Amino acid sequence: MAEVKLFRTWSSPFALRIVWALKFKDVPYDTIFEDLANKSPSLLQYNPVHKKVPVLVHNGKSVSESFVILEYIEETWKHNPFLSEDPYDRATARFWAKFGDEKVLPSILEAFMSEGKEQEEGIVKAKENLKYLEEELKGKKFFGGERIGFADIALGWLADYEGVFQEVTSIKLIAEDEFPLLSEWKRTFADAPIIKENWPPRDKLVTKFQGYREANLLKKLGT
Amino acid sequence: MAKSDVKLIGAWPSPFVLRARIALNVKSVEYEFLQETLGSKSELLLKSNPVHKKIPVLLHHDKPICESLIIVEYIDEVWASGPSILPSDPYERAIARFWASYVDEKWFPAMKSIAVAQDDEARKAAVVQVAEGLALLEEAFQKISKGKSFFGGDHIGYLDIAFGGFLGWLRVTEGTGGIKLLNETKTPGLLKWADDFAAHPAVKDVLPDIGKLAEFSKVIVAKMRAAAAAPAK
Repeated sequence: MAEVKLFRTWSSPFALRIVWALKFKDVPYDTIFEDLANKSPSLLQYNPVHKKVPVLVHNGKSVSESFVILEYIEETWKHNPFLSEDPYDRATARFWAKFGDEKVLPSILEAFMSEGKEQEEGIVKAKENLKYLEEELKGKKFFGGERIGFADIALGWLADYEGVFQEVTSIKLIAEDEFPLLSEWKRTFADAPIIKENWPPRDKLVTKFQGYREANLLKKLGT
Repeated sequence: MAKSDVKLIGAWPSPFVLRARIALNVKSVEYEFLQETLGSKSELLLKSNPVHKKIPVLLHHDKPICESLIIVEYIDEVWASGPSILPSDPYERAIARFWASYVDEKWFPAMKSIAVAQDDEARKAAVVQVAEGLALLEEAFQKISKGKSFFGGDHIGYLDIAFGGFLGWLRVTEGTGGIKLLNETKTPGLLKWADDFAAHPAVKDVLPDIGKLAEFSKVIVAKMRAAAAAPAK
């Protein structure tokens, strides 16, 4: 029995971060795939507060919340660090990771889940947030500098899920001319071996997110 | 280190700013407090935090660090020779970060819901949510403190600072609503913790005066309620 277990779903971008982090550190682990409509007793036991994935269980002790898990992994397996030793650089990486989850992701989701004028306004907002990321990449290959770092892992979902959104809505959020650095980052990040090998199947993702979008649009019609 | 090397842009009522101030105090760091005026944002703030335009911002050798808990970790890492804010064990650190995240993402929004509740029923529901959150935090406190005064044990730590930043607002909410959110029956540990925290040397001089905060909250809550009641576009 591996001493590390990861509870995840096949599609969660948050869980994907943990897959990448564990693989970067060469940590062997067991995966437990959850069906969120039918959560396992183990998941409920290990994450009673939120009942969500991902959850990392290390030697029987559980850690929840993806950024908390990433910091735990970084501190427990110290080789191949994804945070700099410099406190200012660490603060910067954490800032952009937080910005990704609190601003970028919700704004993209909102644009994705809407249509018409609402969607147009949503896209404007999402692009404003993406502009900050574009700025931050100036002079850098990755958010972490020369190597993939904490912020890249946190924002990495963008490198694939943006393509999913484009397939469903035909809208390209990260166009080459508007976001040259972000476009290049997407390519380079997505091409890194560990990343490339672990994207969820594209067709399944498209179907799933198409479903989310349709369900959400129907809900809006009802209100 | 010269006082001018460390500046904190903030405002006295903000629970987030308070976190940064307490952390600096724990490390005995001298700093210049640059108080923002309510209703306007200084050039320095806009330049230092262009993304969010919010306080607190720590300026260390003129380099800005934003987001209160990121600032607290930065302070812990830079002034490493002072008392530790985060525990040293990775699992204990994860627990502290988990609950700090819970406070920010679940508990404080529920607190705000009490303030902006448009009617009695909504208010009651919000109070229930906050109380449920406090029950979870009480359980966490019992486990983490291991019988000591603080989440950090004998000394105040990351979770004390993260949660304690909201103590003033908790008191104001209790006063305004005539409710005892921290009480002997449901949250005996946190009840005592609150007093110990408020009396701590790193906290007592920067914790806002409750009377002043209550007055201030009337202004803020009115704004929040107006924004919440405004019809959606």
